[in-house]
Amino acid sequence: MVPLSYYLVLSGFLFACGVTGFLIKRNIITIFMSIELMLNGVNLSFVAFAAHWHALAGQVFVFFVMVVAAAEAAVGLAIIIAVYRTRETLNVDQVNLLKL
Amino acid sequence: MTSSLNLWLIPVLPLAGAAINGFFGKKSSRTAVSTIGLVFPGAAFLWALLVAFRFSSLPQIPYQEYVAHWIRSGSFTADFSLYLDQLSLVMLLVVTGVGFLIHVYSVGYMWDDPSYYRFFSYLNLFMFFMLTLVLANNYLLMFIGWEGVGLASYLLIGFWFTKDSAASAGKKAFIVNRIGDFGFLIGLFLLIQHFGSLNFTQVFDQVRPLAPETTGAGLLSAIGILLMVGACGKSAQIPLYVWLPDAMEGPTPVSALIHAATMVTAGVYMVARSHVIFERAPQALMVVAVIGTLTALFAATIGVAQTDIKKVLAYSTVSQLGYMFMACGVGAFSAGIFHLMTHAFFKGLLFLAAGSVIHAVGGEQDMRKMGGLRSYIPWTFLTMGIATLAIAGIPPLAGFWSKDEILWQAFSSEHGSWVFWLIGVITAFITSFYMFRLLFMTFFGDYHGAQVDEHGHAHAAHGHDDHGHGEPHESPMVMLVPLMILALLSVVGGLVGVGNRFEHFLAPVFGHGATEAAGETASHFTEYLLMGISVAVAFLGLIVAYVLYVSKPYLPQKIADALGSFYDAVLNKYYVDELYAKLFVKPLIDGSTSILWQGVDRKVIDDTVNNAADGARHVSEEVRQMQSGNLRSYAGWIAAGSALVIAYMIWLGVGR
Amino acid sequence: MLSVHLILFLAFGAVAVAGAINLLAQTHPINSALSLIAVMAALAGEYLLLGAEFLAAVQVIVYAGAIMVLFVFTIMLLNAGVEERTKGSRVAVLFGIPGMLLGSILVAWVLLRHSGTEAVAAGALPGSPKVIGPLLFHEFLLPFEITSILILIAIMGAVVLASKPPTSPVVPPARKVN
Repeated sequence: MVPLSYYLVLSGFLFACGVTGFLIKRNIITIFMSIELMLNGVNLSFVAFAAHWHALAGQVFVFFVMVVAAAEAAVGLAIIIAVYRTRETLNVDQVNLLKL
Repeated sequence: MTSSLNLWLIPVLPLAGAAINGFFGKKSSRTAVSTIGLVFPGAAFLWALLVAFRFSSLPQIPYQEYVAHWIRSGSFTADFSLYLDQLSLVMLLVVTGVGFLIHVYSVGYMWDDPSYYRFFSYLNLFMFFMLTLVLANNYLLMFIGWEGVGLASYLLIGFWFTKDSAASAGKKAFIVNRIGDFGFLIGLFLLIQHFGSLNFTQVFDQVRPLAPETTGAGLLSAIGILLMVGACGKSAQIPLYVWLPDAMEGPTPVSALIHAATMVTAGVYMVARSHVIFERAPQALMVVAVIGTLTALFAATIGVAQTDIKKVLAYSTVSQLGYMFMACGVGAFSAGIFHLMTHAFFKGLLFLAAGSVIHAVGGEQDMRKMGGLRSYIPWTFLTMGIATLAIAGIPPLAGFWSKDEILWQAFSSEHGSWVFWLIGVITAFITSFYMFRLLFMTFFGDYHGAQVDEHGHAHAAHGHDDHGHGEPHESPMVMLVPLMILALLSVVGGLVGVGNRFEHFLAPVFGHGATEAAGETASHFTEYLLMGISVAVAFLGLIVAYVLYVSKPYLPQKIADALGSFYDAVLNKYYVDELYAKLFVKPLIDGSTSILWQGVDRKVIDDTVNNAADGARHVSEEVRQMQSGNLRSYAGWIAAGSALVIAYMIWLGVGR
Repeated sequence: MLSVHLILFLAFGAVAVAGAINLLAQTHPINSALSLIAVMAALAGEYLLLGAEFLAAVQVIVYAGAIMVLFVFTIMLLNAGVEERTKGSRVAVLFGIPGMLLGSILVAWVLLRHSGTEAVAAGALPGSPKVIGPLLFHEFLLPFEITSILILIAIMGAVVLASKPPTSPVVPPARKVN
């Protein structure tokens, strides 16, 4: 029997890693992957709660999260390709045309 | 049954002239401007004569004429209404008559001035205000005229406003006047508060039954003294006389009209008009008399040492106004008005003649550079000589009758005393002396002046004279005729006072009061004795002046050296202007600069605005860091913010 | 109590943690991608432990199998190399990492302190397709349909965004001058 809080700690840790990667990484694609990591962490906590409260709605929600993540990944990568075409770099610090 | 006199025409006609010349004069020819400038005041004068003719047949004197509705506020009413009694009739004739003559003179004097039309516009404007002042039936309308003549005086003194000294003199006149007006206004407020009205009839009807304040100063004394403060400002008495000598920066006709004949006499008129109040406030009367007497003496001593011909006349005016106030102060109001009238004649004449002299020598005003002019400008010499005899008080000219009346009243009236008389006699001697000094320095001896060449004038104090004549020349007829008329008036004008005729004429206004009582107590012998003394003194002045300036011209310098620093003090007008500058002007300017400008305006107001702007800028510079265009910093901010929110939610949950 | 459930949980958890940390530590994106795949696989194991069979399968098929492949393809297409060391945002490093660290420690502490000993049994909630299906098609029909439209839009968007632009010149990135 694993206490619920273990699952939540694991989930939280994954989420934290995702945020950290999002902040410190310079490659756009790596940043995107960190976002996926965040989403995975959240998925885990949903499933854990669903199991805890015997609510299948949690699992269904995770299903939808995955679908949306897929769509988002597709579009996001397309954007990255478009940005790469114009800026010739994957370094996020150089996508700074909005800088004052 | 008598139709209205239409008194309102008298002030309004000059106003129309001022408006026409003011708006259209710039593009009009000199002839047109002169015509307008003369016709309207002339018409006013003729109308005044008409009024004078119909005066005795008026059903009710004083005659009041309602012109227009003005203020109706609660229980306080003040309207545009005019008031005519013997006193205002005398003032009316003097103002319109002498005024018209001076207008005629100005046509010649100002002919070469580029702002010719502006001069006549202002002059007519002045006439309008002065006539309003004289004809008003309530203090408020009179105050409008009072302020208006101050304005006209400012405009005319600073007529050549491009000249620094002229502009400053105009400002000085207006500001000093204002100080007096402050006292005047407080007096008016007291009148409103205690009598509910500013209308002459209403106020005086309420004041008449009141008992005289013999046992200490009360309300009436306060009002009287405050009104006198206003009169000191307008009529150049101590301590507010300092503007009048500076006012000589204006053109000479202005000096003649405003600063000799009419405006400065407004204070005397106002005091005379308020005699009901003054007669019941002996303390105020004493103040008036003392100020008048002291001013007369003080100004006369300054006039002795002045070298500018107009400045001598200016101080002489201040001194003669002192005589008028002395008369009012001893209760002899009609004597004061009598002297006002004769003074208008001979002082106006003196100024116009001085203008003629200045015109003759090409703009020079320093008497030391004149001399021996009587062969060059005989008519001017003749008229000026008559005026000098008049002002010195030599019978049978006008000045003798009025000045002697004042001295007699000063001695014998119940409010008077021999001290006033004595000072008056001494002043008469000094007056005679410096006036004849002026006459001798200007017209006798050798001509010391520079030859006027075509490059212009030697030390021109005003810039109107540009003819390149080689030697002094007589003025044109248009300037000489007013001189002659005024000279005639100076000779015969005093005869209206013989046998107390003038006084009887004004009796309905002033009552026989003081003078009759005086007539009972003192004998005719005393009166003739005093008259003889004043005449002797006048001749003494003439003789001394003759000795010092004609027969032994080296003496004045020796006397001046002997007197040393006292002479310097007199020459520098007792340093009064410097004293005022140190006591009032400098602290005011310094305080204004350091406290109001640097402190309040700069530090408080400006800095508040600037600091608000700076603060906004600093805050925005800090906040601006967030908008760096850098994706990762945005991510960082988002993460930080969400961490805060999560922490808060946990805190909320844990705290339960 | 050291049950099988707990051991398995810890095992899968360790893999997930290692993968996550490795994702952060690696400089080449392809290594990060492979680490992420490892994380996802571990998570699929966790789902199985919780009884969500359907979700575990979907995780492997969709997430690890499709999305991550997409990522790897893109990395190969763009020839992404090792990250350069450029000066990034100070704010992110200064505020974000400590903030997140603090936040996560806080969360972990609170969770472990306050949630007591409720335990989740292994396979507590069986989530077979037989059970999930009806839910998807009855209660959650609307979201289901909307997400399918969403996918359609995403496909179209991705195609448009990634297609070759009509001869637009390439703008080189501005070099920082400070």
